[in-house]
Amino acid sequence: MNSASNWQAFRAVMRRDLMVVMRRRSDILNPLLFILMVVSLFPLAVGPGPDILGRIAAGVIWVAALLSALLGSERLFRDDFLDGSLEQLTLLPQPLALLAAAKVVVHWLLSGLPLVILAPLCALLLKLPLQAWPTLVATLVVGTPILSAVTAIGAALTVSLGRGGALLSLLLLPLFIPLLIFASGAVEASLVGTAAWPQVLLLGGLSLLTLLLAPFAVAAAIRVSVN
Amino acid sequence: MSTLLTVKQLVSQRAGRTLFADLSFDLQRGDVLHIEGVNGAGKSTLLRALVGLVQLQAGDIRYFPESALPTDANDWRQQVLFLGHKPGVKAELTALENVSLQAQLSGVESIEPWQLLATVGLLGLEDLPAGQLSAGQQRRIALTRLWYSQAPLWILDEPFTALDTDGIELLQQRFAEHTAAGGAIILTSHQPLTWQPTRLQRLRITGGDE
Repeated sequence: MNSASNWQAFRAVMRRDLMVVMRRRSDILNPLLFILMVVSLFPLAVGPGPDILGRIAAGVIWVAALLSALLGSERLFRDDFLDGSLEQLTLLPQPLALLAAAKVVVHWLLSGLPLVILAPLCALLLKLPLQAWPTLVATLVVGTPILSAVTAIGAALTVSLGRGGALLSLLLLPLFIPLLIFASGAVEASLVGTAAWPQVLLLGGLSLLTLLLAPFAVAAAIRVSVN
Repeated sequence: MSTLLTVKQLVSQRAGRTLFADLSFDLQRGDVLHIEGVNGAGKSTLLRALVGLVQLQAGDIRYFPESALPTDANDWRQQVLFLGHKPGVKAELTALENVSLQAQLSGVESIEPWQLLATVGLLGLEDLPAGQLSAGQQRRIALTRLWYSQAPLWILDEPFTALDTDGIELLQQRFAEHTAAGGAIILTSHQPLTWQPTRLQRLRITGGDE
């Protein structure tokens, strides 16, 4: 199997997923609206005092991001499973891990990337001090791929269960905790004026490791699920 | 290299029930293997096991047993086309998009999607999302793969489901072309074939209810 055909299949999977999601835009918009709602409700509930709001801003944004990742997670492979495309993917001569990686990339492009773009708006709404903005964006850039990759593993594992939603959330949430701790820790560090890069680098390492290994886990989980 | 597939002593047990045991057959180029059996007898399990979607308890499945090359997984996957119960058609995409994306995924560059749609009788419906088409029309979209596939072995699970008589006729014509060109077909169907293949094998799975 040569790399040209691998690349072609990778692109074909990406193109198909992008086209499908573009026909169902509410799937992308829902999680983003959820984050915006949480972020805009917090100042109303907590009160507009800049000292409190600024301190909890990063935590709020990251918690909202984690929960929104869980919102649409079970749909990641559900439709493919139901209409038989998933089983066809496993039968392609190309490595399934590669095709799984394509699906993870599409998921990140449509859930992680918009979040990174929205981050300054969220930071503004929560009055995050300006010096912490770059750190917040940096943690989102390196952290959201972990969200997509781990979500994909969970979604692939539970796709054959009729109602896997609750199980999936239980399965995924503990895995997101380290991400939450390091990400909010990094922003916290830049708020108090110490170096944030150790946590960001650690997140980056975690992200690379996850992105490298997750496609294989997703592929194995898909094979079990289509059985 | 005329033997495409050798299957020896397959055993499948599901939920404590033996679906089939000691199942063996050979498939040569030009053969049609018609697998029969009542609902739940294990026909789909057998087909899915042949393409590796299901692991069986015992048995040996070998593609191209006469070829000298080591037949690694990638090699035979290119030589086998499997169509299951579910058509693998995206409800959100139009018939035309489905056909072109299917071809791209199969690694086929030069297809004419319009031509294919005309062949299966979907011209005029190409711009509708496949979700709005009937089950038979969706199956026709999935079946377009048979018109450009290079795979010598087709494994088809209930290919005639939801098709009208014209569709079944069309599909059988295509089967005849395929076997005449040296391909082989394994299929399950509850309907008797109206077309008489020159080399037809029948395999009856009883589902352990004997």
